[in-house]
Amino acid sequence: MALAFDEYGRPFIILREQESKSRLRGLDAQKANIAAGVAVSRILRTSLGPKGMDKMLQSPDGDITITNDGATILEQMDVDNQIGKLMVELSRSQDYEIGDGTTGVVVLAGALLQQSEKLLERGIHPIRVAEGFEISSRIAVDHLEKIAHKFDFSATNIEPLVQTCMTTLSSKIVNRCKRSLAEIAVKSVMAVADLERKDVNLDLIKVEGKVGGKLEDTELIYGIVVDKDMSHPQMPKQIEDAKIAILTCPFEPPKPKTKHKVDIDTVEKFQTLRKQEQKYFDDMVQRCKDVGATLVICQWGFDDEANHLLMHRNLPAVRWVGGVELELIAIATGGRIVPRFQELTTEKLGKAGLVREKAFGTTKDRMLYIEHCANSKAVTVFIRGGNKMMIEETKRSIHDALCVARNLIRNNSIVYGGGAAEISCSIAVETAADKYPGVEQYAIRAFADALDSVPMALAENSGLQPIETLSAVKAQQIKESNHCCGIDCNDTGTNNMREQNVFETLIGKQQQILLATQVVKMILKIDDVISPADY
Amino acid sequence: MAVEKLFKDEATEEKGERARMASFVGAMAIADLVKTTLGPKGMDKILQSTGRGHSVTVTNDGATILKSLHIDNPAAKVLIDISKVQDDEVGDGTTSVVVLAGELLREAEKLVGSKIHPMTIISGYRMAADCARRALLDRVKDNKDDADKFRSDLMRIAMTTLSSKILSQDKEHFAKLAVDAVMRLKGSTNLESIQIIKKAGGSLKDSFLDEGFILDKKIGLGQPKRIENANILVANTAMDTDKVKIYGARVRVDSMAKVAQIEGAEKEKMREKVQKIIGHGINCFVNRQLIYNFPEELFADAGILAIEHADFDGIERLALVTGGEIASTFDNPESVKLGHCKLIEEIMIGEDKLIHFSGVEMGQACTIVLRGASFHVLDEAERSLHDALCVLSQTVNDSRVLLGGGWPEMVMAKAVDELARKTPGKKSHAIEAFSRALIAIPTTIADNAGLDSAELVAQLRAEHHKEDSNAGIDVITGSVGDMSELGISEAFKVKQAVLLSATEAAEMILRVDEIITCAPRRREDRM
Repeated sequence: MALAFDEYGRPFIILREQESKSRLRGLDAQKANIAAGVAVSRILRTSLGPKGMDKMLQSPDGDITITNDGATILEQMDVDNQIGKLMVELSRSQDYEIGDGTTGVVVLAGALLQQSEKLLERGIHPIRVAEGFEISSRIAVDHLEKIAHKFDFSATNIEPLVQTCMTTLSSKIVNRCKRSLAEIAVKSVMAVADLERKDVNLDLIKVEGKVGGKLEDTELIYGIVVDKDMSHPQMPKQIEDAKIAILTCPFEPPKPKTKHKVDIDTVEKFQTLRKQEQKYFDDMVQRCKDVGATLVICQWGFDDEANHLLMHRNLPAVRWVGGVELELIAIATGGRIVPRFQELTTEKLGKAGLVREKAFGTTKDRMLYIEHCANSKAVTVFIRGGNKMMIEETKRSIHDALCVARNLIRNNSIVYGGGAAEISCSIAVETAADKYPGVEQYAIRAFADALDSVPMALAENSGLQPIETLSAVKAQQIKESNHCCGIDCNDTGTNNMREQNVFETLIGKQQQILLATQVVKMILKIDDVISPADY
Repeated sequence: MAVEKLFKDEATEEKGERARMASFVGAMAIADLVKTTLGPKGMDKILQSTGRGHSVTVTNDGATILKSLHIDNPAAKVLIDISKVQDDEVGDGTTSVVVLAGELLREAEKLVGSKIHPMTIISGYRMAADCARRALLDRVKDNKDDADKFRSDLMRIAMTTLSSKILSQDKEHFAKLAVDAVMRLKGSTNLESIQIIKKAGGSLKDSFLDEGFILDKKIGLGQPKRIENANILVANTAMDTDKVKIYGARVRVDSMAKVAQIEGAEKEKMREKVQKIIGHGINCFVNRQLIYNFPEELFADAGILAIEHADFDGIERLALVTGGEIASTFDNPESVKLGHCKLIEEIMIGEDKLIHFSGVEMGQACTIVLRGASFHVLDEAERSLHDALCVLSQTVNDSRVLLGGGWPEMVMAKAVDELARKTPGKKSHAIEAFSRALIAIPTTIADNAGLDSAELVAQLRAEHHKEDSNAGIDVITGSVGDMSELGISEAFKVKQAVLLSATEAAEMILRVDEIITCAPRRREDRM
């Protein structure tokens, strides 16, 4: 490294303590980065598709997660390598944006990196490669737009939506009852969807799990399930036509924010204070009763005394309800969250047709169901399953399915799954490549090859001959100019994805290609890696 | 170019075959560990904790054994988890579920060895589990309508469950206890109202079911030891000093005289409170919190029995039993519901004095007093009884009953075998393997009893080839016997849960092809 000197001959310090830092430059840096990225994607490669395998992850505390959701695997993997972390970010952003295809995006990025390594070895400048990839990703995305189908669904005809969700669920461990879970997911999305504005607020869907029972017992509840029970064991377990007061103030004497002290120095003061205290409790409960509430849901706890008063006045109450749940309850029942007792009025009460407590299993687990709400805009998916890991994995799967259904409501275009869309894009990119003079042409061809790797991985995981199957499908697509041909993972005998009902959302696929290209471009542009020495 | 460091230090990664082997081996090790406890002649395990005192537990309850193990193998943790869930959900069959899952994995290992893809095995297992469940459903008996028969079913189930535990010597006695207790619940699965009190001394046979309620507390000094037609106020209130709850309040005085005054006021306040409580017209007062000497004295003066420090469960149960409500304020005596019972008296069990409430309003609750030679015996007896109670309460809700002694496994194995013959393709190997895994359970039962398992299981199989056979392993005589004559029954719900959870767990472990272990979190070395 060249050193710059000032007029007195002392070197400028450009990099502090550079001897103790490890540094990689130029082609070496790029190759090291590529190798790291490829290594991450190789881990996920076997999880792709309906026959993909799961990964078992043991956290630092010894808890076990079993999943094949790309984002979850990467997040829990404890990656230390910088480029590895970039790939983790990539999968996470796909998860935030689309919710599904988190494995696919990493596999695609890995394939692109592998291809670019070959190009770099031929002496093509990384920036040219990056530009070539950029052009091709645009071609691919445009092509996807062209081959996408609009499909119709309505509040009454949800079958197409269910089919798409089933594609998502088929790669998860829950595929045993994918049909019922897909229906649950679609119904819950439809319940909260705003079809006019084509928007879905997924916050309104709560996914709650409880160990026990079997997967088939998973149900959709038009209402809220809260993992709480009545504050007093003798309060009624079932309330019909409940009027709910939703409070964020505790049933306790006020605690002014400013620092203060109440000094007791005489017997009289002691007694007045006591009287006031009692009156305070009494007033609070009376206030709730006066406005006609038949159930109190409180974010805070309350004192034994208040508890008994509530019980005494026949006013069931639930305490320590979390903020998010409180909001959901407020939305569902059409009530208002009341921060102070003085502001409690009849209009601010929420309404629910039925509130009941339900017990599970042999242990003392109880949950509170709030159903038939005035405004049934909030729903709960209640998952049962054999063990904790199963529940967690089902939660993730349901989340994916919910996201897919939401995306379809936002944009009802679909492309065909099973690698069909990738193969079709690959053909389009390949033919477009010839039109570009210059070095980019090579990069574009490489991009087409990388696209092929997704169906290739699918075929590999399904136990098919990867190259043979892929070339056969590709040839078929070109010959019949049919974009629906994909890899027949489930061995059903046809590789027409339209017949198999394997769909994916257009935006999901587009996002995959765009995100993967972006990350690869970023990695290619790095030519200097400076990392602090091990300490 | 190899990547030097993808993971953090100490994080490890195992791939493909190695990962699969690691999980198979771990899971099978766990299954083998509990295998010897299966069945009526199963052996117990001694568990010594690493905590202070190195306390020792002797048990053959699968869930208890597994809960106390420190396991590092991830697949083994999956098995422990299903056993725990089985315990929570149905209460019994915690060993069977682990053994079955272990056997399923053992068979799967062989299949993987002969180049069958795990996914194929999984789909085979799924078909087989479904078929096995249907086979069981075809053969269940439901005697819900016939009260006498139902009761005898319950007795049989209780005896079967208890026969593998420490209580097997007195299983009839305990089965009767358990059935009586559960029948009192009248269909609810809320086992809270059955209280189990353990008192060392005497023999297991001296254990008894009490129709009333027993509180493990002493009666305050100078208070009546026996009350007839008691009115009970159950409360949860501070009886030491009533704190001022307004935030920021504090006592600030400038002379000793004032301190005395305030103390007097406090006393007065407490006296008032006690007066109010007495004003409810009660002669027994039970509080969850501490009662200080002063109010206790006041109660004694008024001839009221005051019991302090009943824990929360005790309070809730007592409120449930006596039909009173748990009170915390005492300003409206007319509207507080008081509990009633015919007689409160102090009784002696062994050397301890207990308070006995008899003739209570609600007939649901009852107390089982366990007696036994040592604490270990009592603990194990409690676990066994808990298993029996769980199973019974579940059976009251789902009254379908099966025979026991390996009979359900043979029925399932037969149906699964038939399915295997009908199924084309590689799946049939997996289905066959499933039936082999099912047969491993009667084999283990026979092995544990020191019988010739190969011979017995072969006989059993031949017997089951006939339609509607009731044959199972009779461990006592060491031969194949008619299970319905021997009166060995099991609850359908338990068997179904065993079948489904074991399959689910095996499936989960089979699907794994890579294990990534994060670096263990560093803990401060406190030693």
